[in-house]
Amino acid sequence: MSTATDDRYKALEKAIKKLGYEKSSLLEVLNSAQGIFGYLGIDTLKFIAKRLQLPYSKVYGVATFYNNFKLKPKGRHNIVVCTGTACHIKGSEKILQKIEQRYGIKAGGTTSDEALSLLTARCVGTCSVAPVIVFDEQIKANVSLENPLCDIEESIK
Amino acid sequence: MITSIEELQELAQMKKSHNENNPKEPTIDMSCDFYTKQTRIVLENEGIIDPEDIEDYITHGGYMSLFKVLDEMSPKDVIEEIKISGLRGRGGGGYPTGLKWESVSKVQSEQKYIICNGDEGDPGAFMDRAVMESDPHKVLEGMAIAGFACGANKGYIYIRAEYPIAVKRLTRAIKQATRLGILGANIAQSGFGFNIEIRLGAGAYVCGEGTALIASIEGGRGHPRQKPPHLSDHGLWGSPTLLNNVETFANIAPIIKNGGAWFKTIGTKNSSGTKVFALSGLIKNTGLVEVPMGTTLRELVYDIGGGVENGRKFKAIQSGGPSGGCIPEELLDLRVDYESLKEVDSMMGSGGLIVMDDSSNMVEIARFFMDFCASESCGKCTPCRVGTTQLTQLLDKFIAKEATMHDFVLLKEMCLVVKSTSLCGLGQTAPNPVLSTIRYFEDEYLAGIKDD
Ligand SMILES: Cc1cc2nc3c(=O)[nH]c(=O)nc-3n(C[C@H](O)[C@H](O)[C@H](O)COP(=O)(O)O)c2cc1C
Ligand code: SF4
Ligand code: FES
Repeated sequence: MSTATDDRYKALEKAIKKLGYEKSSLLEVLNSAQGIFGYLGIDTLKFIAKRLQLPYSKVYGVATFYNNFKLKPKGRHNIVVCTGTACHIKGSEKILQKIEQRYGIKAGGTTSDEALSLLTARCVGTCSVAPVIVFDEQIKANVSLENPLCDIEESIK
Repeated sequence: MITSIEELQELAQMKKSHNENNPKEPTIDMSCDFYTKQTRIVLENEGIIDPEDIEDYITHGGYMSLFKVLDEMSPKDVIEEIKISGLRGRGGGGYPTGLKWESVSKVQSEQKYIICNGDEGDPGAFMDRAVMESDPHKVLEGMAIAGFACGANKGYIYIRAEYPIAVKRLTRAIKQATRLGILGANIAQSGFGFNIEIRLGAGAYVCGEGTALIASIEGGRGHPRQKPPHLSDHGLWGSPTLLNNVETFANIAPIIKNGGAWFKTIGTKNSSGTKVFALSGLIKNTGLVEVPMGTTLRELVYDIGGGVENGRKFKAIQSGGPSGGCIPEELLDLRVDYESLKEVDSMMGSGGLIVMDDSSNMVEIARFFMDFCASESCGKCTPCRVGTTQLTQLLDKFIAKEATMHDFVLLKEMCLVVKSTSLCGLGQTAPNPVLSTIRYFEDEYLAGIKDD
């Protein structure tokens, strides 16, 4: 789809306009773009570079520097396994392994049917109920090491 | 619009009598050991006020300090009061807050900025999140007072994107305060104006470092730069900038309200006030606790934390995150403050305390933190970029029990090189977890050396 007719680009254009086409708003723009598209594709980055009159290398450099920006599409669902210190002490490695085995993907990957992306985070700020995973933005506390997916496996389709 | 301290008091009074007629059920039972050992200044309103309602904050004395400052104090008076209080930065370094404010206030400039560091990147720490979520106005009030004292009219809060609720509540708080004229131009007709904007991080630990944070707000990669020039001379967009942590700002309104001398009576001689800690790991009661500086680790672990989970044996407590260290059982009577933690090769850091029992392997913990630093290193300078990866690989050899005595010597040497030659705090402190575990748990390293 061309950038002129795709509604998502219209939404992005609007967001950039709201930020006044400021070069210094690059992070905000990238955040908005990721919100709109779910990830930052090469075309999207090139579009942003053009609108902010920045070199593409700069936009690409910033997008790849920060962990939260994803350059590949994500699955319909996502699981984030917290691997921060408190969760690590409580066995988050095991949880990660179990999920990796169950779906045959590695952290950072997406299943071939695009149902699930598996990610890791360095602490989601709820350490007192560690170990923690986040399923589609919802925090699951005190996750079982034996059966980490017990109540969510059903919804992953 | 609230234009004077009398109007603020009136609103507080009105609300108060309304609340007395319609009492709310208390949400927390404060009578157990977990609470009685605590002193709450930073978290005084946590669970008590509705963080989404500015009037509730005002009823509990909120914004009274800002109005007092605007009404009867000069910027110099404010700085003097903060200096008397002995408050030190809660972001980790412990730099005296009064001195920092003074140096920004002394620089002549048309434009200055106040930045609140809400990046909270230490894995295992969530104090700042709690403050921003449960009492957002307190952070705004502290920032506005800092703006007045330093001569700045614009503030930014840099928050990590992983904290959506904090972002939402602070955004709302800024809107409410602006609507009432507590933020904005000409606050309470004093001639002083102050605006606050929020900036989101995008997941880079190094962006907690001051110069990297500024590079990130300016829209670039979060690369730290050499200091000097310090932020007080050359900060955001080249203007003098004050950077303080969330918890530091949350201490300001209580200090102005009760006086610096009052604050100084709490805590130890060189570290006054309280500190919020995030207790987690293999301990019975996990959660946030606020205690006077100088509280012993034993009190934190046993009286407040209820001891180790599942009847296992305590082994170590980790403080200071990736720049800190592991403190063994024999040092549990240590009275926690900035200096005492440094003496035992650890750090106050932002306040995460993680308890480990005898099932934890200390070399593995050291590797965990080193791996963290290696993947968060921004890559600008070689000792950190290459050194942290090399150190992780060396630690792997110990874990696999395939290290040699030569590796052990190399490990220690490399730690010192990375520490003394890295550009910013990330690299300079990355070897700390290794050095502290070597100091207290050397036998676990020796056990990783193969016989030949
Ligand atoms: C790698 C690195 C990460 C840091 N992360 C944070 C952080 O997440 N939050 C914070 O307040 N300070 C952090 N700091 C410390 C800040 O650079 C700065 O000293 C602090 O925000 C100053 O505020 P204070 O004087 O109120 O402590 C970090 C420092 C380094 C070197
Ligand atoms: S010490 Fe590490 S994080 Fe800091 S500037 Fe050097 S490479 Fe970057
Ligand atoms: S370490 Fe997992 S939530 Fe903090």
